[in-house]
Amino acid sequence: MAPRIVQISTSALICSFVLLPLLAVWGQADGPTGLGPADWSALRFTILQAALSALLSTLSAVPLARALARAQFWGRAAVIRLMGAPFILPVIVAILGLIAVFGQNGWLNTGLRSLGFGSFSIYGLQGVLLAHVFFNLPLATRMILLGWATIPQERLRLGQSLDLRGFARFRLIEFPMLMTVLPSAVVVIFVICLSSFTVALALGGGPKSTTLELAIYQAFRFDFDFAKAALLGLVQLGVSALAAVFALGFAWGHQLGIGLDRPIALGRHSTLQKYLDGVVIGAALLFLGLPLLLVLGNGLGSVTSLPAAVWMAALRSVLIALGATALCMLLSLSLLSRGGEAIATLGITVSPLVLGTGLFLIARPYVNPFEISLWVTLCVNALMSLPFAVRILRPEMSQVDANFRWLSASLGLSRLGWWRWVVWPRLRRPFGFAAGLTAALSMGDLGVIALFGDAERATLPLKLYQLMGSYRMEQAAGCASLLLILSFGFFWVFDFLGRRNA
Amino acid sequence: MKYFTFAAGLFTASMTLAQTPILTIYAPDYFASEWGPGPAIEAAFEESCSCDLQFKTGDVMSRIILEGERTEADAVIGLNTDITKKARETGLFAAHGQDNAQLTLPIEWSDEIFLPFNYGHTAFIYNTEKVANPPASFDALVNSGADLSLVIQDPRSSISGLALVLWVKAVYGEQAEAVWQKLAPKILTVTKGWSESYGLFSDGEADMVLSYTTSPAYHIVAENDLTKKAAIFPEGHYFMVELAAKIASTDVPDLADAFLAFIMTDQFQNIIPEGNWSLPAALPKSQWPQAFQDLPLPEKVLFYSEEEAANLRKETIEEWRRALSK
Repeated sequence: MAPRIVQISTSALICSFVLLPLLAVWGQADGPTGLGPADWSALRFTILQAALSALLSTLSAVPLARALARAQFWGRAAVIRLMGAPFILPVIVAILGLIAVFGQNGWLNTGLRSLGFGSFSIYGLQGVLLAHVFFNLPLATRMILLGWATIPQERLRLGQSLDLRGFARFRLIEFPMLMTVLPSAVVVIFVICLSSFTVALALGGGPKSTTLELAIYQAFRFDFDFAKAALLGLVQLGVSALAAVFALGFAWGHQLGIGLDRPIALGRHSTLQKYLDGVVIGAALLFLGLPLLLVLGNGLGSVTSLPAAVWMAALRSVLIALGATALCMLLSLSLLSRGGEAIATLGITVSPLVLGTGLFLIARPYVNPFEISLWVTLCVNALMSLPFAVRILRPEMSQVDANFRWLSASLGLSRLGWWRWVVWPRLRRPFGFAAGLTAALSMGDLGVIALFGDAERATLPLKLYQLMGSYRMEQAAGCASLLLILSFGFFWVFDFLGRRNA
Repeated sequence: MKYFTFAAGLFTASMTLAQTPILTIYAPDYFASEWGPGPAIEAAFEESCSCDLQFKTGDVMSRIILEGERTEADAVIGLNTDITKKARETGLFAAHGQDNAQLTLPIEWSDEIFLPFNYGHTAFIYNTEKVANPPASFDALVNSGADLSLVIQDPRSSISGLALVLWVKAVYGEQAEAVWQKLAPKILTVTKGWSESYGLFSDGEADMVLSYTTSPAYHIVAENDLTKKAAIFPEGHYFMVELAAKIASTDVPDLADAFLAFIMTDQFQNIIPEGNWSLPAALPKSQWPQAFQDLPLPEKVLFYSEEEAANLRKETIEEWRRALSK
């Protein structure tokens, strides 16, 4: 664990970076404001879709993670690495990918029609959930998979020698692990989905699927009602905070006991189970992979013909991603505690629109906000990835702490030695995953740059929107492919470095 | 060190010489990107102004209001009439000083503050290869079967979406909500902005998309594709105009005035059609590029003044929301 003073100052830094902008926007208010009936129905829908998305994503991730944890097959590592790709896509790209598969003229409906069945409509709550599961299933799976890796080998062996099978084994060995991992996975996905806007609207099929974020956007763009935007931002933050407190209270402590820190082998399972695992993994691959492949294939031909400005933007995005990753990983190491996890969640609880505007207001008296827009983007990206990084690192860290703290203390291991010889070899696998996720997320995020970027500082996602906005759909598809390749490349490299020889 | 300088250059804007006066213009992102008209306009203006024109992109009006008197903008470009009422009330803008009689708009324009520089009309665009018999009127669209699918933009988050609800209101008045109820089953989905809608349409997901009468020009000129057409309705089309204005507190008033005067020149106006894919506001039709001259345009143009639009906005959005939420 990091020294207390570091923990406290990091927490204070994050709180102020999130809360001060909210207050700054609030300060622009002319008078009191309130929520109308449309806002209340937006709030209801927002919570409903976020809760369902979070539950569906995590519940379907359990069998998938279980299958991946015990199945041995060629390409397993690659499949696990693919888990993470959808999460890092810019939403507009993901929507077009999903439509290519599930849309009116997508693969699914073309197939259904040719078989003489009716068609499936993606537009509605089902579409919103489908998209959110598409985004978050990989994340949930990887988080649960890391949980599986923390089950001590000795427990599994004990289970085997007691001949625990089926439900008994699940209840005594796997369930306690799930109860430490699932609640925080649910919360983080719930909070991400709370601020969903573009997806919820486009796939929700219309104003039935209005979320709070849309109301915030409207307050900003058309009504110039900053008080209302801040109020809605506060409501969003409140709902997130409640969810976080609830789930972290719900999460079990570490009841797994300590072990000898050897790699896991879940032991024998029947042929039927093997087939079932195969079906689960195959279905997930199809669901996650097909839209991605279609996006990639759609634009691959135009990548080489992209103008120089797009490549410059790509380079800029790469540098931002690297910077954001370094910052995020540094911050996350000092937040590996229950309180730290709650603090880290703050990063995604405030609407990017409110956050960006607030930062703009704060920076304005001192510097020209345009001059620092890329640095702000970097910081915001780091902050937004923090909840994921902390969640990914914490289970392993607690395990290391439980297993080795006493031994290390009795050996009089120095702080440096503790990190170098005990923590790092065990933490590097989740560390690589978290770093890859942060870098990729940062690559794909449009974020605050859209608010106060300028043409000379455009990032790759912004270029993508510019291309679409000027009818250049083909080049936009090329840009999307490039973005996908770069994001996934980052993700893959970091993840690979973390897993190598580990 | 060379690499470091290069990397640093990526993060900082190009340095300008201290003695060159800077004209800062806030513009929407699409306007100033290399695929918009911004770069050509910047180059053309800088030829004569001996100044450095800098476009700052983002949400123009929100930022002006947040910055208030302290804004560093000297002028703005790319505002819409739907928000000019609020903009005018801030008192931050000065008279444009141009002669409105030079304008070639299909409507009367007498605003002293906001100067139009381009326009278009809302329209539903379709692909002739997929829709053989497009609706010939708004009535025909409303009464067509549910097999015709539309994608539109949300009036709460998009200017063109807002123009659509005003369009329906202008055509149908009291009947607007009933019309929306009839349209509802045909609306495949509603998107946040124009780009998402147009992307869905381009991918063949929907038969018609809410866009502009000038959209086919892009496909004709840039892609040599003649299959995208705007359905022209005799009931009329809603007029959409984009505006520029001078900031009263500018420290380079002469430059700002020079820029507004430049907007009215043929040089500026000629950049608009194929730069912004819209119609120039002060250029006779005979001087438009051929593809634009050949575009089918509506005979009847519908338009609400900013006062009317502001009064109708809440009501029309609510009608739309109620009808589509069922």
